[in-house]
Amino acid sequence: MVEKKWPESWQNVNRGCVVFRPGSAGEYHTGSWRAQRPVWDNAKCIKCGLCYIVCPEGCISEGPDGYFSANLDYCKGCGICPHECWPGAIRMVEEG
Amino acid sequence: MSKRIGMEVAVAAAEAAALCRFDVAAVYPITPQSHIAEHLSDIVADGRIDAEFITVESEHSAMSAAIGAAATGARVITATSSQGLMYMHEVLPIASAMRLPIVMPIANRAVSGPLNILNDHSDIMPQRDSGWISMFAENGQETVDMIIQAFKIAEHPDVQLPVNVNIDGFQLTHMVEPMIMPDQDEVDRFLPPLVPYATLHPDRPVSMGTFAMNDVYTEVMKSKDMALRNSKQTILKIWKEWEKLFGRKYEPITGYRTEGAEILLLTMGSMGETAEIAIDELRRKGVPAGLLKMKLWRPFPFEELKKAVQGVKTLIVTDRAVSFGGPGGPVAGEVRSALYDEPSRPAIINEIIGLGGRDMTVEHFIDIVKKAAKSGGKKRKEAYEFYGVREA
Repeated sequence: MVEKKWPESWQNVNRGCVVFRPGSAGEYHTGSWRAQRPVWDNAKCIKCGLCYIVCPEGCISEGPDGYFSANLDYCKGCGICPHECWPGAIRMVEEG
Repeated sequence: MSKRIGMEVAVAAAEAAALCRFDVAAVYPITPQSHIAEHLSDIVADGRIDAEFITVESEHSAMSAAIGAAATGARVITATSSQGLMYMHEVLPIASAMRLPIVMPIANRAVSGPLNILNDHSDIMPQRDSGWISMFAENGQETVDMIIQAFKIAEHPDVQLPVNVNIDGFQLTHMVEPMIMPDQDEVDRFLPPLVPYATLHPDRPVSMGTFAMNDVYTEVMKSKDMALRNSKQTILKIWKEWEKLFGRKYEPITGYRTEGAEILLLTMGSMGETAEIAIDELRRKGVPAGLLKMKLWRPFPFEELKKAVQGVKTLIVTDRAVSFGGPGGPVAGEVRSALYDEPSRPAIINEIIGLGGRDMTVEHFIDIVKKAAKSGGKKRKEAYEFYGVREA
């Protein structure tokens, strides 16, 4: 089955919206829904990894230096990570 | 060879599905559909066909299981009625949006409240916009034929949509009727094996039931609408093929004694047979009356309706459900809308009849037509009436 590209017209919609290419959901950047984004203050961060665990989107990862950051392609700005970060190392800032 | 038999219609519905060699039945029993559920279960338990019967805990689960099974490429049947259909409602548009060829006989029954187990069409009418192909059987023979046709229509590569076959609860489901039951060879010749568009299989991963937001949802809805509209061509083709093989003719709207008719009555479901007798009686007395029996509800038969009412003065549309605070019955609302742009159209009278199992006799239909004849094609003050309702 040949995978159609993003349906430009109703005629190009795959029957039943079936997607034949696994993993293609990753191309949908849900980060565009975000109104606020998390910003880390690494001076306060104790590298506990709680933000990595609680992120419902699974978009927080640990860098080579042991500090954490969010992949803004997928971060929806839900605000759970600053809420759960007990040392207070994360705050939400408005998206310009 | 087809065989003439006498059988309860609900049982015959299950037998027809067995002739189609379904792979999965996911059914929750509910009056007056229960005999379909029980007999499907018997057929699987007795090992008559190689199939699974899923005992689900609700109708919502029945349709969900049917969707899951159909997504694996199985030939699936479910069946329900009334509250069960209402409970399924949430999942119905998903089955059609996923283009899964599920077949569902519905033993039509009034919806609560008040609680009523008898027949009308108030269960199927709220499902009108679910994107299913929807047919109405008039008798046992049509029930058997339509269920077999339904699998072929649903699975046809140009269609791939779910189909419901409406069977009037009790009036039809619980009648023992004479009917011609096709044999296995005939059905095998008519119904090819199911070739699904896509299947859930671990070796060939696909995503089904996907996510689509405002950037693509409109295009998806248009494609679904076009699929349902275009299905009519295939339905007509398959009905022609059926006629050739089995000698029984199916049309979206079947006319009865319509030649020279000035007044037409329109019915859906089992009441067509009672209305036929009324028309015979009226014709004997010189009343130029005829009957239209609508068999195909979705896709709506616009062309056939327009053709059928040409030159007719009065069209009496009977409805077996109410659109409360709306235009009367859902059938009349659609018929009016379909004919509105025609340069000449009949006066339309809407009689809401047979609610919650209230009997409609030959005399009642004669009365309806005679009253309409008196008004001589004039419009009525009220858009609809509850026929025979007791007034204070």
